[in-house]
Amino acid sequence: MGNNINTDVWVFVEQRSGKPAEVSFELLSKGLKLAENLKGKLKSVVIGSDVKDIAKETFKYGAEEALVVDDPELHNYLTMPYSRILNELVEKHKPRIVLFGATVIGRDLAPRVASHTKSGLTADCTDLQISDVTYLKKEYKDLLLQIRPAFGGNIIATIITPDNEIQMATVREGVMKMEPLSKPVKGKITEVPYTPNGIDDIIRIIDQYRTENKVNLKAAPIIVAGGYGMGTVDNFKLINELAATIGGEVAGSRAAVDAGFVPPERQVGQTGVTVRPKLYIACGISGAIQHRAGMQESNKIIAINTDPEAPIFGVAHYGIVGDAMQIIPMFINAFKEKLR
Amino acid sequence: MGKNSIVMVKQVPDTANISGQVMRDDGTVNRAKLPAIFNHEDRVALELALRIQDQEGGKITAITMGPPRASDILRECLYMGADEAVLISDRKFAGADTLATSYVLSEAIKKIGHYDFIFAGRQAIDGDTAQVGPQTAEKLNIPQITYVEEILETTSKTVKVKRKIDGGFEILESTLPVLLTVLKDACFPRPFKAKRLMAYKNAKTLMELESLTEENSLLYIDRLKEEHIAKNLYIQTLTMDDLQLDITRCGIHGSPTKVHKVESVVLAGGNHETIPPTKEGMANLVAELMDNHILG
Repeated sequence: MGNNINTDVWVFVEQRSGKPAEVSFELLSKGLKLAENLKGKLKSVVIGSDVKDIAKETFKYGAEEALVVDDPELHNYLTMPYSRILNELVEKHKPRIVLFGATVIGRDLAPRVASHTKSGLTADCTDLQISDVTYLKKEYKDLLLQIRPAFGGNIIATIITPDNEIQMATVREGVMKMEPLSKPVKGKITEVPYTPNGIDDIIRIIDQYRTENKVNLKAAPIIVAGGYGMGTVDNFKLINELAATIGGEVAGSRAAVDAGFVPPERQVGQTGVTVRPKLYIACGISGAIQHRAGMQESNKIIAINTDPEAPIFGVAHYGIVGDAMQIIPMFINAFKEKLR
Repeated sequence: MGKNSIVMVKQVPDTANISGQVMRDDGTVNRAKLPAIFNHEDRVALELALRIQDQEGGKITAITMGPPRASDILRECLYMGADEAVLISDRKFAGADTLATSYVLSEAIKKIGHYDFIFAGRQAIDGDTAQVGPQTAEKLNIPQITYVEEILETTSKTVKVKRKIDGGFEILESTLPVLLTVLKDACFPRPFKAKRLMAYKNAKTLMELESLTEENSLLYIDRLKEEHIAKNLYIQTLTMDDLQLDITRCGIHGSPTKVHKVESVVLAGGNHETIPPTKEGMANLVAELMDNHILG
């Protein structure tokens, strides 16, 4: 590859009815580090209606330029106009890296852009780094390492996109840390005109229903999480009871979500939310890598599991080998006694 | 007025049930040891297509790209009610990432021809990427609706669906044709029909016909194929040559993403403090947490 390659890092800034998604700011913070490594510029892409304030907000996270496509027609995310706009922008500017939140919108949009521009795209990365790489005896400078668990969590894969100009990745909410700068960058807003196209309204929104942030696991100081090992929906009520007693939020592993013990918005892990609470209590969770990826940076971790070999003990600060059904009530009693 | 559907299905390793034998000592995966299953959300996608067919008629074609043994799930599609099944298989497709896969699938779909709907599961459990659906739609230059929970209404030119969004749901209407990716809760797939199972258990792909005979006679295989077509037991098999594909866009060569490194998961030392599962143990733990202002 030539030396005149673009070194810009782009973050698609997602907004829902005019409200920016937190994951976009998290990605800007990570993107800034990647841009520094590449000696390139961090840029945000904001599409919507009346979104200049959101564009300005991205300067607080280090964006030097915001590409803004602002039009009343673009108020809500729609696959066709958004992907068409981004396809054209990426095709024209050929950024080195494009990052998307692994949200419903990001997962709808990113693959279309990757498909159109024939770029590599890696889903649900748990880490992103810049590094020189030797691949098949060839040297590559400053590639994006896209790191993610794979194959049921039995392996961690590092994916690269060696021979492509554009490297794309999606990242779940909470995985990267949001780090506003003490002094915002003096960024520039570049307005990109929106030219409607006949295909833009091929899909139309008839109705939309959204509840505002019912669950905010990321902000919870205490999380009590249950896994498949809790056995039944009924047993899982103990998790709720413990959480209510000690003032925590309820969460679950993917297996617990799949089993219907706990709703998907409370899933912690690679394909759920990443959390860093003061205290994380894992009950009946074996601790597959995907789950650990979402909670291992918690300040203190208590693991309760019948299997002393369960991987969850590998990241725990306190380990209790035993049946959560017996231990949780003991814990609740001990807490109530102490408060008395 | 029937509606024609193409359903994209995938055979996946059962990653939820990985046993010791599957993981090699060096931490790599021995795929041959993994049981292969029908990706559940794809089965749900087929069910949605069948429900439209129940109402309006039309033809359903199930397609998969994969190794020859992926024919197992195509037969399952026939047992459920698909009218035709197509295996897209070639050694040159091996190692494809989602981009290369979507290229091959979109070219196969162009060859299959007229459709009102393309259905797929939201994602496959072996990668959870959810990328192939949208990437295929982009290549076909048609709209997509992902995360579909329910089909509410169809007209001759449109479909109205309910789909999940972050924090809620929305009702979308799309002009046809459209590609829909489907969540597992959308519906419960119907069981195999006994009559169809009997009828199609001997349906065979080209590779399976070839393996029936020791002879490497093209003439003989052609005759077998004609016989199976006549009995409606031939699973159409498309290879690289049938689709006249650009080899630089297929398989590992057409895949921009490469696996640079694979590490088996090594557990951190496990320096935790062991708390006895007793009343005293809990009392001491709670006391320690409260003293350190972690609890209370």
